[in-house]
Amino acid sequence: MIKLKNLTKYFEKLKVLENITFDIRDGESLAIIGPSGCGKSTLLKLLIRLEEPTSGTVVMDGRDIRRLSEDGLIDLRKKVGMIFQSSALFDSMNVFENVAFGLREHAKLSEREISKVVKEKLIMVELEGTQKLMPAELSGGMQKRVSIARALAFDPQIILYDEPTTGLDPITSVTIENLMIKLSRELKVTSIIVTHVLQTIYRVAGRIVMLHEGKFIETGTPDQTKKTTDPIVKKFITGGL
Amino acid sequence: MQYERFTENIGRKTIAILEEFGKVTNLAWETIRDIFRGKINMKLTLEQMVKIGTESLPLAIVTAVFVGMVFALQIASKFIQFGAGKYVGGVMSVGMARELGPAVTGIAIAARVAAAIAAELGTMRVKEQIDALSAMGASPIRYLVIPRFIAAALMLPLLTILADILGFVGGYIVAAYISKINPVQYMETAQNMLELWDVYGGLLKTVIFGMIISVIACYKGLSAKGGAKGVGEATTSSVVTSLIALFIANYFLSILFFK
Repeated sequence: MIKLKNLTKYFEKLKVLENITFDIRDGESLAIIGPSGCGKSTLLKLLIRLEEPTSGTVVMDGRDIRRLSEDGLIDLRKKVGMIFQSSALFDSMNVFENVAFGLREHAKLSEREISKVVKEKLIMVELEGTQKLMPAELSGGMQKRVSIARALAFDPQIILYDEPTTGLDPITSVTIENLMIKLSRELKVTSIIVTHVLQTIYRVAGRIVMLHEGKFIETGTPDQTKKTTDPIVKKFITGGL
Repeated sequence: MQYERFTENIGRKTIAILEEFGKVTNLAWETIRDIFRGKINMKLTLEQMVKIGTESLPLAIVTAVFVGMVFALQIASKFIQFGAGKYVGGVMSVGMARELGPAVTGIAIAARVAAAIAAELGTMRVKEQIDALSAMGASPIRYLVIPRFIAAALMLPLLTILADILGFVGGYIVAAYISKINPVQYMETAQNMLELWDVYGGLLKTVIFGMIISVIACYKGLSAKGGAKGVGEATTSSVVTSLIALFIANYFLSILFFK
């Protein structure tokens, strides 16, 4: 269970999140929607302390993440996989090294064991055989899948997706969405998806909230969201039509 | 009203500079602290040493040789005028060891390496790779800053030794073949005037230059914002700031070591 407690974030005078209190249940797929630049990505970063909140906190598995020691924070981050909007693969490393990075940093595994884990994760994202390719040789969709494989290296309990399908063509988007659904069902991970792509939201999410002017508007399941009477949410999902 | 705005701007800029200075100092402190905690990735450090060495070698060699030659040319003409031509070798050796070798190498590294570090780390920052590192529980300081910090602090003195020798040899060629100074006297006065501390002090300065340049470049890269434009700004700023810091540090270190 992830609990956001009075979470507030300002960038100098710019209000991004204001006093958000919210629970995210284990194993659920929560989509956080909202227009570009409203603070969705910042919220994801706050969950693993890539950003520090102005006030309030996040409680994960009963532990206040603001009070974690350096080692405690590393343990937390091993339990959470993050997929970045730009995929954020390391340019200087090939696919194998990218996926193996976290394992080499923290797991006391032999090279043979690391190879086995990397192969397993690449099979999961249907990219077995690409180990030696460099990120520049991959398409946008393949990069995204490698970044998912990398995030899965430690068998995380929580996966954070930052705009997983933004900028991808429709077919590749569906491939990524199918993968997200598969991971959620098979691995029972908690998925938190930040996006403004409606197709992704409706296909992948179990529950949806909208971030508007620093506050959450809870909209329910995808079906409930489609029928919403909230004027702000309605305007967002219909594009103001 | 205009005067108030002017002073307000000066105040704001001063605060910004002090704030930046504080952040660079903090990064330097965290880097040194983690080095003493043994958080050194040897493989990456060796990679950076090779990179910094090979990237800067041609520039350091060419600059040292020509600075040595032009310095010899200028002092030889005046020294001969006052009947002190034989001291050219001595002045060259002390000048190269104390100031010209360290400064020339420091400038070459600041220009070449600071730009490369800031551009690389800046690109990683704007492409979210630094966040990805942190998200996987890896410390950007341990993984990115420490290898560059140690590599610059170790490679700068090595390059300076080369620059000292090549600058001195360049000066010898000009003194002996153009200014017609007796080569034996050139070598003799060099031997008599140059003390071991001149060389050690000069090399010690470059260790500190390496630390300063690498920390500034890493800070600028890690704090880059806003895409390609931000990376460009970080790169330019890292070179300018490194050079300013290098010249200021050089003056105070020279007073400390040689006065």
